[in-house]
Amino acid sequence: MTFSPTFTIGVCPMINQQLIKLAKGMGNSLILVILIGSLSGLLIIAQCFLIAELVDGAFLKEQGLTELATGLSALLSLILLRAFLFWAGEIFSLKGSLQVQTKLRQTVLGQVFRSGPLSSRQQDTGQMISSLIDSVDALEDFFARYLPTLALAGIIPLGILIIVFPRDLLTALILLLTAPLIPLFMMLIGSLADKWAKKQWHVLGKMNSHFLDVLEGLTTLKLLQKSLKQTKTIEQLGREWAETTMGVLKIAFLSAFFLEFFMTISTALIAVSLGLRLLTGNMDFQTAFFLLLLAPEFYGPLRNLGTQYHAGISATKAVENVFRLLSSSPREVQFGERPVNKEILNKQIKFENVSFYYEDQRQALRKITLSIQPQEKLALVGASGAGKSTLLQLLLGFAHPQAGQILIGELPLSAFKPESLRQQIALVPQKPHLFRGTIAENIAFFKPAATLPEIKTAALKVGLHQIVLELPAGYETIIGGGGRSLSSGQGQLIALARAFLLDAPLVLLDEATTSLDPVSEEAIQKALAELLKDRRAIIAAHRLATLKQVDRIAVLNRGSLVEIGSQAELLANEGFYYRLLNSYLGKTSD
Amino acid sequence: MSIFKKLFVFIKPYRKFCTLGILLSFLTIGSNMGLLITSAYLISWAALSPHIMELMTLVAGVRFFGISRGVFRYGERYLNHKTALHILGKIRLNLYQSLESLSPGQLTTLHSGQLLGRLLGDIENLKEVYLRVFLPPIVAFLIFVSTAYLLSLFHQYLLLNFLIFYFLATFGVAYVTSLVYKGKTKLTDTKEVLNMTLVDSIRGLTELLTSGRTKEYQQKTVGQNSKFVRFKLEFAKKSALTNSLIQLLNGLTLFSTLLLGILLINTGKLKAIWLAPLVLGVQASFEAVFGLSQLVPNIRESLASAKRIFAIEELSPQKPRPVNDGNSLIGHHELVVSNLSFTYPDGKQPAIQKINFNLNEGKHLGIVGAIGSGKSTISHLLLKFWDYQEGTITLGGKDLNSIPENYLWKTIGLVSRQTYLFNATLRENLLLAKSTATEQELLEALDLAQFKPHLAQLPAGLETKVGEGGRKLSGGQRQLIALARMILKDPTILILDEATEGLDPITEAQALDAIRSLMANRSIIMITHKLTNLNKMDEIIFLQEGKIAERGTHQELLKEQNFYYRYYQLAKSYHFS
Repeated sequence: MTFSPTFTIGVCPMINQQLIKLAKGMGNSLILVILIGSLSGLLIIAQCFLIAELVDGAFLKEQGLTELATGLSALLSLILLRAFLFWAGEIFSLKGSLQVQTKLRQTVLGQVFRSGPLSSRQQDTGQMISSLIDSVDALEDFFARYLPTLALAGIIPLGILIIVFPRDLLTALILLLTAPLIPLFMMLIGSLADKWAKKQWHVLGKMNSHFLDVLEGLTTLKLLQKSLKQTKTIEQLGREWAETTMGVLKIAFLSAFFLEFFMTISTALIAVSLGLRLLTGNMDFQTAFFLLLLAPEFYGPLRNLGTQYHAGISATKAVENVFRLLSSSPREVQFGERPVNKEILNKQIKFENVSFYYEDQRQALRKITLSIQPQEKLALVGASGAGKSTLLQLLLGFAHPQAGQILIGELPLSAFKPESLRQQIALVPQKPHLFRGTIAENIAFFKPAATLPEIKTAALKVGLHQIVLELPAGYETIIGGGGRSLSSGQGQLIALARAFLLDAPLVLLDEATTSLDPVSEEAIQKALAELLKDRRAIIAAHRLATLKQVDRIAVLNRGSLVEIGSQAELLANEGFYYRLLNSYLGKTSD
Repeated sequence: MSIFKKLFVFIKPYRKFCTLGILLSFLTIGSNMGLLITSAYLISWAALSPHIMELMTLVAGVRFFGISRGVFRYGERYLNHKTALHILGKIRLNLYQSLESLSPGQLTTLHSGQLLGRLLGDIENLKEVYLRVFLPPIVAFLIFVSTAYLLSLFHQYLLLNFLIFYFLATFGVAYVTSLVYKGKTKLTDTKEVLNMTLVDSIRGLTELLTSGRTKEYQQKTVGQNSKFVRFKLEFAKKSALTNSLIQLLNGLTLFSTLLLGILLINTGKLKAIWLAPLVLGVQASFEAVFGLSQLVPNIRESLASAKRIFAIEELSPQKPRPVNDGNSLIGHHELVVSNLSFTYPDGKQPAIQKINFNLNEGKHLGIVGAIGSGKSTISHLLLKFWDYQEGTITLGGKDLNSIPENYLWKTIGLVSRQTYLFNATLRENLLLAKSTATEQELLEALDLAQFKPHLAQLPAGLETKVGEGGRKLSGGQRQLIALARMILKDPTILILDEATEGLDPITEAQALDAIRSLMANRSIIMITHKLTNLNKMDEIIFLQEGKIAERGTHQELLKEQNFYYRYYQLAKSYHFS
């Protein structure tokens, strides 16, 4: 949280190229909005003209209602038409804005899907979600309000100038000279205020983050008997924050001052100069009044631009977020077209000198060489960050290793069609995601065509059936976002049930690191044993019980393969694995 | 409305600022009216070819208003924002005080419902409640009264005409807008559904790619998006009426004033010279009405936020708290729990039932059981997170309810799984527990908590910034710091509620050993579902569904070969990495 942007400052934010590119996506709507804007501009001028004529008629020409009736009815229709155009303009600009947003949502989502889970680090999901949702939402006001206002600020004053020039050079000159000063001053003062705000960001940001911090830790503060003391700190910080904010606003509001000042002082100048020339007979009343009426309309659009400043600024920030995501070009993952069947996945899987780097150049795997035999169950063991999950994700074809290759039988993994490959692999991720939908839909996520009896069988096998039956709507209970929340143990059971239902020859299991209570652990171990029966599996393991079910164990350390062998062999080696296990067993068997 | 009243309480102390701010806002719009009226009058009079000297006052007036508008605008902005910030400060402070007076149990409930994050959003929403909700109607009213007064000087028809249109443009438009906004829930719901699918697409990316269902989800978002776009346009067609209605009424007021003026001039009831100033004056008065165009949505938003914030005040502590009488001395610190039962405010089943145990000074008690068996409930009741309903808890022979919370929290220390570290340095986080601690004491505490090897790896040592919620440290490191904090606090009774979660087994055992010897003559309650490091406990209580199923020492319970034994066997298959 930096300088609070909701305070209207009134500066024209820089329109960057990315925004212009997006604006083209508004297509016809943008043209319509500009047309409507130009038409309203014409109507404003016509309205001013009519009013001047009518007032002149009643005032100096001493005309009655009958003589003025045509003018009056023309004025009334102008007023009605203007109100309608105003409404239509808002609708069309919103329509254009929604078009841009729709397109952007699809582009970003497409990018996320193309990049896959290996290009973005897990921690960045929050950032991605905010880019996809909040940033795209923030663009609405920009396209629906700021951009049309900007267009009008260009069109209307120009139109008025064209009308004024032939009528009175002096008025035209006053308008022409002051007009560029307004945006100029606004920009100068805006950037000054921005600089000032950036200098003070420390104080400005401190208030909110401190308040959040204190609220989050309030229980801790209470138990340490420090919560009352915080009242004073909050009060003091609040005062500091208010003072600093006012310091910034003091500058920022100068732009409002100059805007009003130029507007009114030039209107006043115009009025006085017109009055003096009327006096000397160098001008007629109708023209003078017409020009006076036009003066505020000339500046109006510029002022509106100031009030839309906020939309401009937040759009610039939002678009930065979105484009940051879009610009991280995904590594092209080229795959072949070969279909995968059960037989192929029963062949030997070989990692030959496989190395993998993340986009930020962190190395996840270093020259891994290992082969997994048909029907073999292999456990991967190592601390978090050792490369276990990455190894599993490479097997799913989410990315290619930068060096070395993965072979299935004689052929490289990249020769196969990834969709077909993934159909034959049952993945149980570390933190399974529960999608918004019913429990039945969630269990059938990898096999949407499954029948309810099939789903129930899978649930029965992992011990989920009884739990589901106890829920109010059974298998129809809505879970995921906005739905009923399940415990992490239940989430893991659903992931296991998904794997059961898919019935693939190869299971990739990324075991959860968080510990559950013995009851839940037992349920998961039972389900797992059932799943692994007669299946080939590669498991990133965290549990001792799981290790008992595998044939061989590969120990990874910081991306390198340290040891590989059966449990007995590794223990006999008294190496890395031996030490790891002993440190654990030594403490629990007492 | 009572919420308005409550908000007004915050504004009241600043009424001097407010009055001045309102006056300046009024003068800002008034200056513009003045400028246009005098300009129009100047031109009209000049057309009648008077002597130049007669115009000089008007010229001066035009120049004055030409300058004053900008000055008033600046003053108004400055003063009103200052007031708004002060009011915000008061609201924020008030929220903190209400939250602070809640029991830790109530706070935990707010946390788990993610209500705290929402409250912060609400505070943001209220930032401009004064500027957006209170100020514009008052200014519009003042402009209304003064314009009406000016018009009454000319003719009652002009006044009546203005009254009607001004009324329509304010109340009429507000009524239409409030009708429109009633239909907004459908729109919000549609957007919510779209957002959920988008979140699913990102969080469930691995599953989507593996199952080959990315296309389907992309299609799903396309469908939900177009539904949202449809509703949004439908809604906008109505909500855009607000602005264009005001626009229309502004035009109609101008038109009818002109028409009436012409009629009145024709019948000799109005001097023709006033026509131009009147028309421009009336039109300029609408600037105040345009300020009201977003009033209805702003009121809705502010009221909803204010309601949630004020609701916290209503959640006062369950029972009056005994006043802190300094260090009310309790001779000894034996804790006796008898027949304790408790049901959570929103729970159907009791969380614990008929719990009995004694904790004399120096006793180390283990409480074990599955998640949801009621272990943490016991620790929460001992710390008065909640008021217990049945049975008794006594500390040093005194009923827990008669002991001031301050004293209780000084005596009983808690380290839980939900450790919170503040966004400050390591040192500041430790000093929270004992502000007078010396460097030596801090280092010793970290040493006992087995943080020493980690400290050596931190280049800034004790001055290391731990980041938001301590996120720059690992989960295990955070737990160790929480332990160190408690070692510094030096309580008479220590509750470790899954305090060593996330630590590797060796560090865990070492830290617990250190704490046990430190607390050799004092009491410990160790709550865990892991069943490790329990062999040195004096007694272990095994909970099942809120009831004590078994009790005894580690060895005794293993011999029984019952619940505890079975769990112990299972627990051995636990995580090793």
